[in-house]
Amino acid sequence: MKSLGSIRRDFAPWNDPDTKPYIRFENVTKRFGDFTAVNNLSLAIFEREFFALLGASGCGKSTLLRMLAGFEEPTEGRILLDGQDLRGIPPYRRPVNMMFQSYALFPHMTVEKNIAFGLKQDGMAKADIDARVAEMLKLVKLEHFAQRRPHQLSGGQRQRVALARSVAKRPKVLLLDEPLGALDKKLREETQFELMDLQQELGLTFVVVTHDQEEAMTMADRIAIMDKGEVMQVATPAEVYEAPNSRFVAGFVGNVNMFEGSVAERTEKTARITGSTGAEILVENAGDATAGASVAFAIRPEKIKVSSRKPADAVNALEGEVYDIAYLGDMTVYHVKLEDGQVVRASTMNASRTVDDPLTWSDRAWVSFRPDAGVVLTR
Amino acid sequence: MNTTWSRFNITSIVLGFAFLYLPIVLLVIFSFNASKLVTVWGGFSTKWYASLFQNQGLMDAAWVTIRVALVSASVATVLGTLAALVLTRYTRFRGRVLFTGMVFAPLVMPEVITGLSLLLLFVAVGLDRGFLTVTLAHITFSMCFVAVVVQSRLLTFDRSLEEAAMDLGAPPVKTFFQITLPVIAPAVISGWMLAFTLSLDDLVIASFASGPGATTLPMKIYSQVRLGVTPEINAACTILIAIVAVGVIAASIVNKQREVQRRRDEQAAQRA
Repeated sequence: MKSLGSIRRDFAPWNDPDTKPYIRFENVTKRFGDFTAVNNLSLAIFEREFFALLGASGCGKSTLLRMLAGFEEPTEGRILLDGQDLRGIPPYRRPVNMMFQSYALFPHMTVEKNIAFGLKQDGMAKADIDARVAEMLKLVKLEHFAQRRPHQLSGGQRQRVALARSVAKRPKVLLLDEPLGALDKKLREETQFELMDLQQELGLTFVVVTHDQEEAMTMADRIAIMDKGEVMQVATPAEVYEAPNSRFVAGFVGNVNMFEGSVAERTEKTARITGSTGAEILVENAGDATAGASVAFAIRPEKIKVSSRKPADAVNALEGEVYDIAYLGDMTVYHVKLEDGQVVRASTMNASRTVDDPLTWSDRAWVSFRPDAGVVLTR
Repeated sequence: MNTTWSRFNITSIVLGFAFLYLPIVLLVIFSFNASKLVTVWGGFSTKWYASLFQNQGLMDAAWVTIRVALVSASVATVLGTLAALVLTRYTRFRGRVLFTGMVFAPLVMPEVITGLSLLLLFVAVGLDRGFLTVTLAHITFSMCFVAVVVQSRLLTFDRSLEEAAMDLGAPPVKTFFQITLPVIAPAVISGWMLAFTLSLDDLVIASFASGPGATTLPMKIYSQVRLGVTPEINAACTILIAIVAVGVIAASIVNKQREVQRRRDEQAAQRA
């Protein structure tokens, strides 16, 4: 039997041209009066995928989810689920279930009744309902809380009841609206892994809306990064982090150093970028940047090395002064101010307990990185 | 908090409560008066209570009042709840402000005007004045009160509860009866009780809308008092006061207990 890890590693239907998407947004636009919440958006989500919609509040991610659930109809375009156009199908006839941000537990019903609610609507036999409810309670480890009312539960327990209720009907797709938003940090981290295990166990398609990038990175197979009603990039967490396709995505996910400049020279593989103050950077894999184009070079802090002397073999090295140091235990973050005034953020793992090359405030320092350490962004 | 009782505090509280309750206390005391003269104390007696129950006119009026109050409160609760639902849910229809104003206008409308206009309407459509017209009149003015009470509850109602129910497969009507109504039930019940009380003690509108054979208790009391206050009326009023007091006290005790229980549950859940 394959471990969960290998299943997750091999799972990449989006790379297979023969796999049909399970959910498809086709040129979907949603307007509320003058406000355009979702703007001509197309998106494909695959069966059994754990898909995250990531964006700041007001970017349209929740509207997208609500359109899938049937609470809103697209103004233009269409949404297909397993080949079926969802237009005009009310929420109570859609094979999707949603877990609400507020959990929306029915306050006048016990935990058991809450979970059984959806099953009763389907006219399931009493014995089957009881069996399924028991199974769900076991799944979320709340067997002893069946007779409690929602207000008699802690936040984490309520979250698990909401989850059990939304998966009880075995929907084709489970929609999760900020599922962990109301939990404290420690509980949130635990629950992230529980959700991933649950998704594998039940073999469901999960679409989760979140504003927390760490949450999206941890859980999702793919992430769609949204801004102002549009999808900026859809990719795996690693791609989003290491190969962002635009300045927005690079800046939105994680920390990044951005150098604005123009392409001075372009070969098949490399590009030489001149910054506004004359500093030069040699980059491999420059993408579609053409000579003369104004671009941004984005590089993550952990890919930059800080040293007191210029490394002999460095292709890219810039001189500056240590401006700030933040010691975080597991790593140290240096802010180095370059000659042109730009501050570069570089982080170093504290792998050993002693530091050989102690740099301190106001020291002269060199920041260096390999040609393939960053990406060139044209957008 | 300052818990000492200064002379000023005591004086104010005594004066305040005297102002509120002296008339009622007097009425209660004189209902136990043995003398037939209302303002002269002639010793303790409960005979007026006995004779009250033999007074067929008063008993009939009380029965009419209760029937009118039950029917009008129930119908007003249904209509008022529907109005509140529409006003909180459909926030974008044309003329909503006008409609809201129109629903709530009878709250501030002088009762005389409401009564008179209803009378004109009943005469115009040729409806014989009696039980039906009083009930209709009471529905008309008490449904606004129900709408106000229910609307204030609906404003804080979490719409995602309804969405969750629909998401789980419940059509809108089922969602309303299984989720919305049970959750807002306390407000609907208070609305009903308010409508019931309003109907119970209404005199002005009933005088306009009522006809022979449908005299309500307030009308009866008022007409008897014009011929002179009898201790029997005092007894009737004391019974009404007792019923209202018991109702209010019971409701507040139940509420308080529920609140305490809820807080205890929540604390237990947080500890767990």
